[in-house]
Amino acid sequence: MKLESNIPGGPIAEKWTRHKFELKLINPANKRKFTVIVVGTGLAGASAAASLGELGYHVKSFCIQDSPRRAHSIAAQGGINAAHNYPNDGDSIYRLFYDTVKGGDFRAREANVHRLAECSNLIIDHCVAQGVPFGREYGGLLDNRSFGGAQVSRTFYARGQTGQQLLLGAYQALMRQVAKGTVKMFPRREMMDLVLIDGKARGIVVRNLVTGELECHEADAVCLATGGYGNVFYLSTNAKGSNVGAAWRAHKKGALFANPCYTQIHPTCIPVTGDHQSKLTLMSESLRNDGRVWVPRKNGDPRKPSDIPESERYYYLEEKYPSFGNLVPRDVASRNAKMVCDNGLGVGTSKRAVFLDFADAIKRIGDSGVSAKYGNLFQMYEKITDENPYRTPMRIYPASHYTMGGLWVDYNLQSTIPGLFVLGEANFSDHGANRLGASALMQGLADGYFVIPYTIGGYFAGTKLDKITSSQTEFVEAAKNSKALIDRLLSINGKKTVTEFYRELGHIMWENVGMGRNKAGLEKAISTIPNLRDEFWKNVKVLGDKGTFNQNLENAMRVADFLEFGELLAKDALYREESCGGHFREEHQTPDNEAKRDDTKFCHVAAWEWKGENNPHELSKEELEFENVHLITRSYK
Amino acid sequence: MSEGNMNLTIKVWRQKNAQTRGAFETIRLSGISPDMSFLEMLDVMNEHLMKEDKEAFAFDHDCREGICGMCSLVINGIPHGPDSLVTTCQLHMRKFKDGDIIVIEPWRSAAFPVIRDCAVDRGAFDRIIQAGGYVSISTGNAPHANTLPVPKSDAEHAFDAAACIGCGACVAACKNASAMLFVSAKVSHLSYLPQGKPEAKKRVLAMVEQMDKEGFGNCTNLFECEAACPKGISVEFIAKMNREYMCATVFYAEKTYSTDA
Repeated sequence: MKLESNIPGGPIAEKWTRHKFELKLINPANKRKFTVIVVGTGLAGASAAASLGELGYHVKSFCIQDSPRRAHSIAAQGGINAAHNYPNDGDSIYRLFYDTVKGGDFRAREANVHRLAECSNLIIDHCVAQGVPFGREYGGLLDNRSFGGAQVSRTFYARGQTGQQLLLGAYQALMRQVAKGTVKMFPRREMMDLVLIDGKARGIVVRNLVTGELECHEADAVCLATGGYGNVFYLSTNAKGSNVGAAWRAHKKGALFANPCYTQIHPTCIPVTGDHQSKLTLMSESLRNDGRVWVPRKNGDPRKPSDIPESERYYYLEEKYPSFGNLVPRDVASRNAKMVCDNGLGVGTSKRAVFLDFADAIKRIGDSGVSAKYGNLFQMYEKITDENPYRTPMRIYPASHYTMGGLWVDYNLQSTIPGLFVLGEANFSDHGANRLGASALMQGLADGYFVIPYTIGGYFAGTKLDKITSSQTEFVEAAKNSKALIDRLLSINGKKTVTEFYRELGHIMWENVGMGRNKAGLEKAISTIPNLRDEFWKNVKVLGDKGTFNQNLENAMRVADFLEFGELLAKDALYREESCGGHFREEHQTPDNEAKRDDTKFCHVAAWEWKGENNPHELSKEELEFENVHLITRSYK
Repeated sequence: MSEGNMNLTIKVWRQKNAQTRGAFETIRLSGISPDMSFLEMLDVMNEHLMKEDKEAFAFDHDCREGICGMCSLVINGIPHGPDSLVTTCQLHMRKFKDGDIIVIEPWRSAAFPVIRDCAVDRGAFDRIIQAGGYVSISTGNAPHANTLPVPKSDAEHAFDAAACIGCGACVAACKNASAMLFVSAKVSHLSYLPQGKPEAKKRVLAMVEQMDKEGFGNCTNLFECEAACPKGISVEFIAKMNREYMCATVFYAEKTYSTDA
């Protein structure tokens, strides 16, 4: 398939302005004639639904939780980037653009990233106006902190709950539109299928999670803002409900899936304690502002961390990357943590952990100073581990956190299916092979508040859309397929629970397609996943009825999607014979173990097309052109 | 680390839906580790149940890191259980002893109908926010962020209120099933900030009216809500809301303004 990115012409800094002018408009009276479905109510979905409602579109908003306020954006802790340059330290839109392209290891689309940087300041302005309580200085103006991958302080924050406060801002804007009647809210609904009519996305089938009823909803366009697929590893920092289902169903209807192998393993998470573990908890990257990462120099050193003298501690990030130190990007920090643990220097009972030590910061600013900055994170750490991080260093280890890959979209955020738009983490476009800290919130809100309101109008103005109803054959057919899937799952009545299969899949993915990947491991994953999938469909035990609130059935459907998707992720990782950002192929590294890109062969987006149940995916490429940021080896030394 | 050796007796509330009567079911569990979270203990319980072809116990949960507000269990009579300042998902089994009997119930309030077992419908909270829990600003309208300084203490107070996760523990803890702590947190968050001031009077009247309509009870100053709140939201916000409400009833008159050009 030929992929048209539809990047506007002209100099990078003028593309978006020019494009906004060139997009055709819909007059206010006509906007209410269009219905837009938005699936997901995280930062991207809630901001999109609210903004489209404000413009006068008729919006239907769907989420799997009991309230749109619970989407997993709420768990983002550290902050949101913007190029306001309030600290007077040399930031600019161009620098934010540059850092993000470089941070993404030159695998993102330049034009999208520049637009993101342009929108960043508008986001802060808008969120402040909504009443988001950002951290402030005593003079009453906004404060900034530093984050990984940047040498300027450009991160705005709301204590350790930035995602929560931004999401509540978007949620409140959404509730305002619900009250006004422009948005109709459908909580506790899971998208089962995307409905295409004449090749265009015209609606969805959802399962009402309370009654089990399958509902058909028609629209003139569908926006997916359904987040990432980090839960393919079973253990991740994602919410338990986060899943790839909506994106995967759209993929099977013709939307190409781009760069699924770009997964972000976050360096600072609380380590696994046992087989019962159901999820991993992130400790914000902002902790690396003041915390120092180290391991004992001696293999298996039995002493308490406080008894190990300075000279016998290996501050590996500070030693290897003197200019960025503990604030190297996430992929670099994670890989190094794995490396020191692989070399036997890991700490804790599992030996799969490193120290994040605040002793120096406490000496400098005291317990109270540290508490003012990170109090809620320290409390969370203590509740989970039963250890006091003010007195003994935190133990951390990388965990699956964010996924840069996603459904392929053009500059207008439109997928390869006309009328299907993909926003936020669910798309692939802005972070390349590695996302920098505090950039996810920025992208979700940029897409929802400031991009989709323009580009969807351009689509409507330039597209002939016939009148349809949800009782048409295409909807009936899709609902029938969804019903068949549910009936099939409930009829298997096997021996193994959904969670047992899910854990097995997670284990395969983490061991073979995790932080370090190689040909043998990837091939092993690719050969074992189909077997596990076959076994799932023969031997899974799903209990209860379809016509009730049935969490067992919900999970079974999500795991069924992951069992298909995991294989594509591994295939993409095998295909990409280079290391870049979060994708580290052990065969492709420099002598000092840094990622080695291959710009001649792989400076492109790999977008995969579903060709049916028993056929291999077909690859399409979008070549990436770097006209502004020159392709260099990323160095944080 | 190996799994643990705690033996527990769990009494869980089972209820098919809002129309049917519920009852407690007793389940015995062994091999529980003190390092498990409370919800991980329930995961283990559900795996056991399903292995015996019994349907899993339904409970709401999502982020499992104490911020989404989805988890909601009354554990031994206390919303979110015996630990302080945590949600159920952050409660760990080390807070219990081998041999303990643990009683698990849903949030009980007429305004939160049971969906199944311990999953309840908290849509009433969304409707209260819809009544006015926002600043009326549409995308594109915002002035430059630093044009309006906010005194740090106001911003911090606003934040203390805004930390509410909307879980509903305050309602579950209150003998009147009052939602005053939840409503006052949103009213206070927005009225501490200059951005929320223009609509403050209208907001408090509308939100309180909706709260009453939903069937939540009144506040009789027992402060159980504050004790149960996983985010430590202070009852001082209820006092603040009462002042604002009084003031608004005296000084605010709804007028309709024409928006015609």
